[in-house]
Amino acid sequence: MNAITGTGTPTGAAGFLARYEALKGSLPGDSTLRAAAAEAFRAQGLPGASRGRRVEAWKYTSLQALGGMSFQSAPPVASAAVPDAAHRIVFAGGHYQAGLSTAVPGFARFADQPDFGILSWPDRDPMVALNTMLAEDGASLTIPAGHDAGVVHLIHTGSDGTAAHPRHTIRLAMGARLTLIDTATGEGAYLHNPVTEIHVADGAVLTHVRIQSESTTAFHMATIYAAVAAGGTYDGFTLNTGGRITRTEIHVLLDGPGAVAHMNGAQLLTGTQHADFTSVVRHAAPKGTSRQTVKNVLSGRSRGVFQGRIEVARGAQGTDGYQMNRALLLSPDAEIDTKPELEIFADDVKCSHGATVGELDAGQLFYLRSRGIPDGEARSILVRAFLAEALDPVTNDTARALLETEVARWWESQTA
Amino acid sequence: MSTMLDINGLSASIGGKPILKGITLSVPAGEIHAIMGPNGSGKSTLGYVLAGREDYTVTGGTVTFMGQDMLALTPEARAAAGLFLAFQAPVELPGVNNANFLRTALNAIRRSRGESELDAVQFLKLARAEVKRLAMADDMLKRNVNVGFSGGEKKRNEVLQMALLRPRFAVLDETDSGLDIDALKIVADGVNALRGPDFSALVITHHQRLLDHLVPHRVHVLAQGRIVRSGGPELAKELERDGYAAMLAEAA
Repeated sequence: MNAITGTGTPTGAAGFLARYEALKGSLPGDSTLRAAAAEAFRAQGLPGASRGRRVEAWKYTSLQALGGMSFQSAPPVASAAVPDAAHRIVFAGGHYQAGLSTAVPGFARFADQPDFGILSWPDRDPMVALNTMLAEDGASLTIPAGHDAGVVHLIHTGSDGTAAHPRHTIRLAMGARLTLIDTATGEGAYLHNPVTEIHVADGAVLTHVRIQSESTTAFHMATIYAAVAAGGTYDGFTLNTGGRITRTEIHVLLDGPGAVAHMNGAQLLTGTQHADFTSVVRHAAPKGTSRQTVKNVLSGRSRGVFQGRIEVARGAQGTDGYQMNRALLLSPDAEIDTKPELEIFADDVKCSHGATVGELDAGQLFYLRSRGIPDGEARSILVRAFLAEALDPVTNDTARALLETEVARWWESQTA
Repeated sequence: MSTMLDINGLSASIGGKPILKGITLSVPAGEIHAIMGPNGSGKSTLGYVLAGREDYTVTGGTVTFMGQDMLALTPEARAAAGLFLAFQAPVELPGVNNANFLRTALNAIRRSRGESELDAVQFLKLARAEVKRLAMADDMLKRNVNVGFSGGEKKRNEVLQMALLRPRFAVLDETDSGLDIDALKIVADGVNALRGPDFSALVITHHQRLLDHLVPHRVHVLAQGRIVRSGGPELAKELERDGYAAMLAEAA
């Protein structure tokens, strides 16, 4: 189990449980739910950190390294620069920063109006249990029916030695529209463990662009639950470039006829970074569409993980599901693990999935070099082309520009 | 007349399988030579080996280009020295903008020649003029390299690259196949525009048709990895009339 250091500061799971014991009288919201989450977390521990326990959902990712760490409880201050955006909601170390944020219509703090939602399952996922047990703050954003809220930035910064468990809820009423640009950055070794619950009502469209560029010594464990009603769209894109060990876990429930989910992403990793992209889409109603392309560019000794599951419930006729995971390995020591799964209980469905792993294409490389382009420059062109294609699903200009800047920054750090 | 390209006893294999079995061929400066021959005779392999494709192994012989040992050079150094291969099957580069690709290539070549690089404005002016001259669609510079191009558009894109890079020696690997008669003439005009005392070309083709527009000084027939016959332009007409089988029977 988790070690106790000489000074008596508990680490890992024991540290989080001790923090819950100390805080539980003052935490907002349903104390019964928190107690149940604490029990679930106590029983499960951190994935991979307890000897002899192996959970299928965490097959390729171990949080043993997190098990050896302890975190301070002092509220931190924002460390990273905040973009000059009209609508921004800024958190630091899991706490809302009023001074750095702007007034965003429909926003409320979790600390003031705690909302744990209805979609999450703390008893199944230890990191969600941990969040439910310790969440102190978060963003609650509600967009009224028929309203186009434009672009809202949700920004989180982490700082050394802190653990943050923000709890966010995004609700779009019928026909509403929102582009949410969700950015995570920070400095030092810290844990950022957000849980986000999303409800997209009939005909509403949420574009959710996530840019994870945490410190390379940080742990980022994000879980997203989205429910999409008839004719609604959850259009998600995640770019992972940061973190030491990260996991992006997305559950989408297509709950009404004709609902649409996009769960696209790109992971650009180097050194010994580990990034796990895990998604489950459940087609619970007829004529739903799900699309997913996740691209990985892996250099150094980095490791990418993709687990994708498409579930089609009985009666979800006319389902159209597509899932693709592509990896470009730039180093012989980089690794990709991919586990696609289909579970289909309807007979009139169209579902396909695939995975490709490769190095740079020798034929393309030769074509460029035969035109006089030196080998190094030719390789750079092909990697950037692979990355550019990965961003293709993002059409919002603001989001696209931010993603391109982040990709360029990553590529420059590679070639520096 | 000085020799531009001198191939002497060139043998090459791929995956241990011999394809070229001792090719000897000399192209003087200012001349255009045609290579004809049946499928599988090694025509495309010859083009790839000259351009330096790494999956082919040279097992014997020499290639001297303007006095330089060409086999010792990387593909990019061969291009910088003035060699250009127009691919039979041009490679698609998804995510790579055609104009950026052309400008990167042109500037790499210009750097190696000690010339100044062109900025985007200078380049586009030059490229648009060539695009117009080759009767290509305006959007071809904006699209990804060869992605979604028709067979004919891909071949024209090869000719566009050649026109911009202005090589000393061009190898055209069946650039005429799949082209209608108008496109064929445009391709031939593209090559003819480069003709001069300092430009040579090796034109690999199946058909006499291209050679009507691009009259070669010499025609060589390649079969089973060897040059079995060489002659003047009339040799192409003879092949068109009698076919390879008759000639190969005669040569045997």
